Amino acid sequence: MAQSYPQGVDMAAAIAAGFVLDRRDAVPALIGRHEDFLFVTGLAGTARDIAALTHDGAHIYTMAGAMGGACMIGLGLALARPDKRVLVATGDGELLMNLGSLATIAVMNPPNLTVLCVDNGHYGETGYQKSHTSLGVDLEKIAVGSGIKRSRVVATEGDLADGARFLREGNGAAFVLLKVKPDDPPPFKRNFDPDSCRVRFRTALLGPG
Amino acid sequence: MADSSGNAARWQDDLYDLLRRNNVTQFAYVPDAGHRILIDRSLADPGAQSVALTTEEEGVALLAGADLGGAKGVLLMQSSGTGNCINMLSLIKGGHFPFLTLVSMRGDFGEGNPWQFPMGQAVEPVLKTMGVIVMRIDQPGDVVPTVGAAMTMAFQGGNAVAVLLTQKLLGAKAF
Repeated sequence: MAQSYPQGVDMAAAIAAGFVLDRRDAVPALIGRHEDFLFVTGLAGTARDIAALTHDGAHIYTMAGAMGGACMIGLGLALARPDKRVLVATGDGELLMNLGSLATIAVMNPPNLTVLCVDNGHYGETGYQKSHTSLGVDLEKIAVGSGIKRSRVVATEGDLADGARFLREGNGAAFVLLKVKPDDPPPFKRNFDPDSCRVRFRTALLGPG
Repeated sequence: MADSSGNAARWQDDLYDLLRRNNVTQFAYVPDAGHRILIDRSLADPGAQSVALTTEEEGVALLAGADLGGAKGVLLMQSSGTGNCINMLSLIKGGHFPFLTLVSMRGDFGEGNPWQFPMGQAVEPVLKTMGVIVMRIDQPGDVVPTVGAAMTMAFQGGNAVAVLLTQKLLGAKAF
């Protein structure tokens, strides 16, 4: 059983530390009807999670570089479109690279923005090195300490239904920490071109021209 | 000292009015004396969204998100902040996002603080290397026409444009 996991991962230790959910099940269960959101994703893992969920839909903007930008792209989008619910789906590594954006989001407190951090405690794309969240850093506490008033930790099957409701309601910036096993995201091949993805997103949201 | 002179206040007010007339709504900034009037005007403007950043690269990503939603924004920063933006400008260049930043210069004409020179002198080459068109303003009378041109180049031409507000314009700081 252990050999089906990514090389170098100490899965028993990860599970003991509370990283137990399977992201391939938990992310879709939490999000539900994906058409209800505009998505901005981080790199690698969350980009593949959301591209697989939406079949690389025109309502998603996935990143494959410019690490640390996902939350703020989401904030700019949420401020521009208060009529739409914006969901930033990003990983622990990407979020750790720009923690200050949580403070900026808290200060602006847009009612239509939720940050979903899919925390596997590792940098999956670069060979599953441990991230700070495997070493004692708690991103949900950081979000709360940054001033984000609405937050949840989703770490077990039993947390999913409440987390799914939480993601869709409320009137203020929200943060959801989804703890998952350090296992691979869906093997979905998405569009990597940031320019054509921009045009696709804008055309779907704003119309042609 | 230029900040407290009536002349400086006038061009800064004209600049704010120009930005708002052109439907710039998101004002992203790290607090800075050179941009004080723009920042204060945006904070007092119910039609604007004034976004205080913890670091300038947040503003680069914010403005990309604004564009995805069909809004226009401007990043107000000091020259030292441009160094914090470098990798995030990959997003702007790769995605061909329109991008406008106004940079208040330090480490430039008449600067007295040695800490300001390394980044101040690197602003132009660094921005150009990342694909940003750079224009400099030395005279108050050039502010509105130059930023007007920059907005056209950014929001119609689809470019990344930085307008440097030099220490000839803003006044040099001896500290």
